Amino acid sequence: MTATVGTTRLVDLFESGLDAPICLTWELTYACNLACTHCLSSSGRRDPRELTTAEAKAVIDELEAMQVFYVNIGGGEPTVRADFWELLDYATAHHVGVKFSTNGVRITPEAARRLAANDYVDVQISLDGATADVNDAVRGVGSYATALRAMENLAAADMRNFKLSVVCTRHNIPQLDEFKDLADRYGAQLRLTRLRPSGRGADVWDDLHPTAAQQRELYDWLLAHGDKVLTGDSFFHLSAYGEALPGLNLCGAGRVVCLIDPVGDVYACPFAIHDEFLAGNVRAPGGFTEVWRGSELFARLRTPQHGGACASCAFYDTCKGGCMAAKFFTGLPLDGPDPECVQGYGEQQLAKRAEGGADLPKPSADHSRRRPVDLVLTRRRDLERPPVGACAEDPLAGLRLGRP
Amino acid sequence: MTAPALDRALGLHPQVSVRPEPFGALLYHFGTRRLTFLKDRRLLAVVELLADAPTARDACLAAGVEEAELPRYGKALAALAESSMLVGRTS
Repeated sequence: MTATVGTTRLVDLFESGLDAPICLTWELTYACNLACTHCLSSSGRRDPRELTTAEAKAVIDELEAMQVFYVNIGGGEPTVRADFWELLDYATAHHVGVKFSTNGVRITPEAARRLAANDYVDVQISLDGATADVNDAVRGVGSYATALRAMENLAAADMRNFKLSVVCTRHNIPQLDEFKDLADRYGAQLRLTRLRPSGRGADVWDDLHPTAAQQRELYDWLLAHGDKVLTGDSFFHLSAYGEALPGLNLCGAGRVVCLIDPVGDVYACPFAIHDEFLAGNVRAPGGFTEVWRGSELFARLRTPQHGGACASCAFYDTCKGGCMAAKFFTGLPLDGPDPECVQGYGEQQLAKRAEGGADLPKPSADHSRRRPVDLVLTRRRDLERPPVGACAEDPLAGLRLGRP
Repeated sequence: MTAPALDRALGLHPQVSVRPEPFGALLYHFGTRRLTFLKDRRLLAVVELLADAPTARDACLAAGVEEAELPRYGKALAALAESSMLVGRTS
């Protein structure tokens, strides 16, 4: 990222924000066929206020005018939207590239051929275990098979360099080499991202986030594989181990990226679906452009950030205090250490929190499917037969026999 | 070995998108999925003139680059060619 005349770094130019995002995440729907335990958008049920096809196209028109290079489409499961392929074609025809994340449910051989034919589309197949047992424990029974079938279809259609996208957890960090082999087998590129305590992820974060030893293992593995493995620049908190990882070591929230959710709400980043990080809605006058350029929240995120409790740490310049969303949803102050700070300062802060986590912020939108409640209809035990009337003549009326 | 960047006929890779910015420009390559940037507006002018210039040197001079600055611009163009943002032209 350094073709320049001079020595300015890209990261310095990005700190104060750009007139338009470089890319943004767009969750097209909260509807999903799966119910992953760590879903960062708490997806499941479709929101009836979802943007219509016409409204979604109007957003794409704006992105084209702003020269946004590409959108990361996600959900929910974006391909379950009936107009998914129409919107994908509309975006790429209007010079807005599309990367989309899918669990693979709709990646049929025909869909795979269609994707392979479009130079401006990239696909990310989500898989959180290199084996079915590790994956399905998080993403649901059958989801491993679905993802592998999708990868087979993409490979058969000669789709080159699609992504195998993995959220790193305590259970799959021992499988990093296996993930790499799996990606290589299908001609895909491995992409590892960080588990965030966002959405339903907050409920499982304590159990799933990598241990301190695993963070070190991951960091060493990433350094050894360089830029052959993608990370969405999501592990910049690990840079405090010493050497910076490839990519942009900066929180881009509101500066160079943001999130549009299915109902058009614009948040600072995909991991921060909470009123605290809500900048506006694309349906309001001025649309997305006005939100990006006029939001007070975004203006604040583009001012120089102070290290707060981290200012005196020797590694602040490399990790910049870590991930804002990770701090927020674990109840840590935003101007302090990341909960997974590799120097251990985050753990100290976590230990100081109130017992039980009752005061932790909850996501503003929860579209999780409501769990079915098991019901068995029975009679009241004391009413095994109709009540005995005052005029019952049977000598045994009202006699209750014990059940065998 | 290929000729120095300044002596070549260069052009933007067809899959590269250029977005002008106050500081220069951002370039995104849809094939390699890489982002890079041009640090000044004059380099952007050079890149925009490449397609119609017989050599990169001509594009630089047309954009108002001084003789003394040519090596610096040559280096920047070579780096862009290295990362496939720019490709050689045959016509």
